[in-house]
Amino acid sequence: MTVLFGAVMIYGIYSLLCATLFVVLDAVDVAFTEAAVGTGISTILMLSALSLTGSRIEIIHRKKPILALCASLGLGAALLWGTSDMPQFADPSAPANLHVAPYYLEESSEQIGIPNVVTSVLASYRGYDTLGEVVVIFTAGIGVISLLGRTARRRED
Amino acid sequence: MQQHLVLHLVAKILIPFIILFALYVQFHGDYGPGGGFQAGVIFGAGFILYGIIFGKNLAVRVVPLPLIYCMTAVGVLLYTTVGVAGMLLGGEFLNYSVLLPDSVAGQHIGILLIELGVGITVASVMISLFFSYAQYKHPDEEQNDEQD
Repeated sequence: MTVLFGAVMIYGIYSLLCATLFVVLDAVDVAFTEAAVGTGISTILMLSALSLTGSRIEIIHRKKPILALCASLGLGAALLWGTSDMPQFADPSAPANLHVAPYYLEESSEQIGIPNVVTSVLASYRGYDTLGEVVVIFTAGIGVISLLGRTARRRED
Repeated sequence: MQQHLVLHLVAKILIPFIILFALYVQFHGDYGPGGGFQAGVIFGAGFILYGIIFGKNLAVRVVPLPLIYCMTAVGVLLYTTVGVAGMLLGGEFLNYSVLLPDSVAGQHIGILLIELGVGITVASVMISLFFSYAQYKHPDEEQNDEQD
C-alpha cells in the first residue's frame, strides 16, 4: 500500500479546492498563493521527502474508533453551530470590516498609490508582518539545509 | 528521467515561460494579483522542474548551491536594508515614504524592493529545499558508494 503517496495527492487536491474557494470569495491574491505554494511546491517537496523515506507505512488495524468518530463529529457540529453567530459574508458592518480596513481602502490610493490594495497592505501597512514571514521562510530553509544539505557536504571532505 | 524525449522537449519549451511568468507576477504585483511570495515559488518551481527532468547534477551546474544558499540571506537583507534606509532618512523602520522626496514614489520603490527581497528569499529557499532532499544520501548508502 502506498498510503502516504495517496495522502500527499489528497492534500494537493484539497489545497486546489481551497484555492478555488478563495477565488469564489474574490480573494484572488490568497487563491494565487494557495495554488502556487499549497498545491504546487508543497506537493513537490512532500513527494521528494517521500522519495527519501519511502511511501509505505504499516497499517495497524485497531478496534473501530467509535469514540474518535463521535468526538470529531461533535466538534464539527459545534463549529457549524458556532458559525451561525458569525456576521453574514461580506457584511459591511461586521467588526472585522470596521477596524482598520476602511482606513486602508480609503487612504491607500493617496498614500501608497498602487492599484492593488492587497499589496499595499501586505508590503507597506503591514510591512512588519511580511518581514516576519520572510524570516520564517529563511529560518525554515536554513534548518533544512543544516539538517540535510550540510551533512552531505561535510562527509565529502 | 534522462531518456524521456517528450519530457525533455516539453520542459525546455515550458521553463522559459515559467520564469517569465514568475517575473511578471513579481513586478506586476502592484497592479494585479501576485507579489514576491507567489513569484518566488513559481521561479523556484521552474528550476525544480529542470532539476527533476534533467537530473540534479546538471541543475547544480546551472545554479551552484553555495550561490543559492547565499541568496536566501540576500533577500532578507534587502528587505531589512530598505527598512533601515527609512530609519536613516528620518522615518520609522519600514517607512518607505521618506525614501524619495515624493512620498508616493518612495512607497512605490520601497514596495518594489521589499517584494524583490521576498521573491529572492522564497525562490532560493524553495530551490535549496528541493536540492537538499535530492542530494541527501542515507549514511549507510553513502558507505556502500565509497566501497564501490
